[in-house]
Amino acid sequence: MSLPLPLSLAIAYLVGRRRQTIISIAGVAMGVGFFIAVSAMMQGFHQYFIDKIIHVAPHVVMKDEFRTARIQPVTMQHPNSVVMLSGVKPRDERRGIRGGERIAQEIAQIDGVSVSPILSGQVFLRYGGKDVAVNLLGIDPVKEAAASNIQQDMIGGALSNLNTNSTGIIIGAGLARNLGAQLGAKLTVVSPQGVTLIMKVEGITRTGITELDYGQAYALLEKSQILQKRDQRINLIKMRLADVNRATILASALEARYGWRTEGWQETNQNIFGLFRLQEIIMQTVVGAILIVAGFGIFNIITTVIHEKERDIAILKSIGLSRRDIEAIFVLQGVMVGIAGALLGWALGWGLMQLLESFPINMTDESFMEIEHMMLYRTPRHYIDSGVLAVLAASISAYLPARRAAQLRPVDIIRSAA
Amino acid sequence: MTTVLDLKHVSRVLTNEAVPVTLLHDINLTIDHGEFVAIVGPSGSGKSSLMYLLGLLDQPSAGDIILHGVNTTNAPESVLERLRLEKIGFVFQYHFLLPEFSALDNIMLPMRKLRALSHSQMRQRAEELLCYFGLKKAGHRLPGQLSGGERQRVAIARAMANDPLFLMADEPSGNLDTKNADLVFSLFERLAKEQNKTVITITHDPALAARAHRQINLVDGQLVTA
Repeated sequence: MSLPLPLSLAIAYLVGRRRQTIISIAGVAMGVGFFIAVSAMMQGFHQYFIDKIIHVAPHVVMKDEFRTARIQPVTMQHPNSVVMLSGVKPRDERRGIRGGERIAQEIAQIDGVSVSPILSGQVFLRYGGKDVAVNLLGIDPVKEAAASNIQQDMIGGALSNLNTNSTGIIIGAGLARNLGAQLGAKLTVVSPQGVTLIMKVEGITRTGITELDYGQAYALLEKSQILQKRDQRINLIKMRLADVNRATILASALEARYGWRTEGWQETNQNIFGLFRLQEIIMQTVVGAILIVAGFGIFNIITTVIHEKERDIAILKSIGLSRRDIEAIFVLQGVMVGIAGALLGWALGWGLMQLLESFPINMTDESFMEIEHMMLYRTPRHYIDSGVLAVLAASISAYLPARRAAQLRPVDIIRSAA
Repeated sequence: MTTVLDLKHVSRVLTNEAVPVTLLHDINLTIDHGEFVAIVGPSGSGKSSLMYLLGLLDQPSAGDIILHGVNTTNAPESVLERLRLEKIGFVFQYHFLLPEFSALDNIMLPMRKLRALSHSQMRQRAEELLCYFGLKKAGHRLPGQLSGGERQRVAIARAMANDPLFLMADEPSGNLDTKNADLVFSLFERLAKEQNKTVITITHDPALAARAHRQINLVDGQLVTA
């Protein structure tokens, strides 16, 4: 075997200081391992959440509101001028998407889009002395089944029961528990408009998203219109796309065409994605801090080695080794610690993930969403990123003292060694 | 006989002190091939400073140092490194052996930097050198397992590894007992005689200095007899 001289010197120095070498490798490994495990956890959760949203929530919704208030005719009459108008009051019109059914039919013509027109509104469900306010969605069961996953989310009863029993109602699993209602229970449904209906529970759904399972119910569109006293009206058009990535483009196209506020799923969940971004920044800061600490460890060790090996450096330079050779000896030590740390860290990260996955966690009640065990997102990306980062950090930490070592003058050391 | 080293009006002044300190003043010196030269003088007379200049570890403040026809003054560091690697062998008072490396590996260090030989050839040459210096069985021992005299002989073997033009020894017997000091000087005599090597050594010991072909006397940074 004939390794390059700086490499064999670097190896000899690392082996000569076994304890410190192992400790600094462990430091890097920790950083890398946690980077991988925490990234997988974080991204796994995000991915799970996005999947859930795509699964449960409509990809695009059109709402009965405008993004900006309508422009007054007088302002249109005098463009580029200041118009003062007093006593302006919005027109008191029946709320809802005007011509909603027609719009829904038009959208349904677009390829790869399923449409469900809905009238949603607040109602009280009363059962056995309990009052619960919920959001009641008036739906067309066939269209809703095509535009959502309600069919798969049914855990009791059937969606088609609404067709045979026009006063049927489908409630979320959490809601059913809250009310103590089971299939066949007869609920009193009271709307703010003062309409009261007796409705029979014909189905129970479970989506996994707490907000929906505890606060949402479905009934026929006509029943909802009766309860809300809004005949022939809808206030929500749900759309489901074959290709979820088209959501934003389709939303803005529809909004431009019809004027009603239309949101893709990304926009609807903007606040949560913002939160995700914040989480990622926090995580990266923590992991970065671990790597910086590991880097300081390496810096410290290389500095100590250089101090101890001043005599070696002196004789090597007298023999004719160049500055770059000397630099290489110590930078290589950092690189090797970085590589060893990264490899060990990969194993550690993998192990941590196995461990995390095996722990059951019970977040089924009252929390944000239902999770039964850690969602991990496994990707080579995390391994590559953490490895590159570790080797880079280790090399820089070693380079700083190595540069100083290369500048040592052999004469100064020889003089003091005698 | 060819000239190995030629010094012309060489002086060395430390200028970064509060008061400039003159270490060497107007040195003119020629050393020929195969010569065994001893540099003697009281401490502080500039012996080591002269050594460092001759070994291209330091640069003169004025004057020229011509090594085997090459003027080294103000030569770039890369040229000096090459010259040190190929032409000069160093032995110091302290052995400067790398403690993690066996005697054999220590001797092979300069050869591995030069890369003129294959690995097995380097190994063979290192073994021959050990043999020549009477250390046949010490090859696989670490410096810590050798006696002081053995260590210094390994250091000399390492200095000879690349078959340099001249050997530069700075108080090589300073840390040794009389017997080992005598042995080291016998080796220098042998190198000069058998291998026609130029040997330049500093010593305090007049008896040892007397064994050299020529003595160079330094007093207060100036040559007294050359």
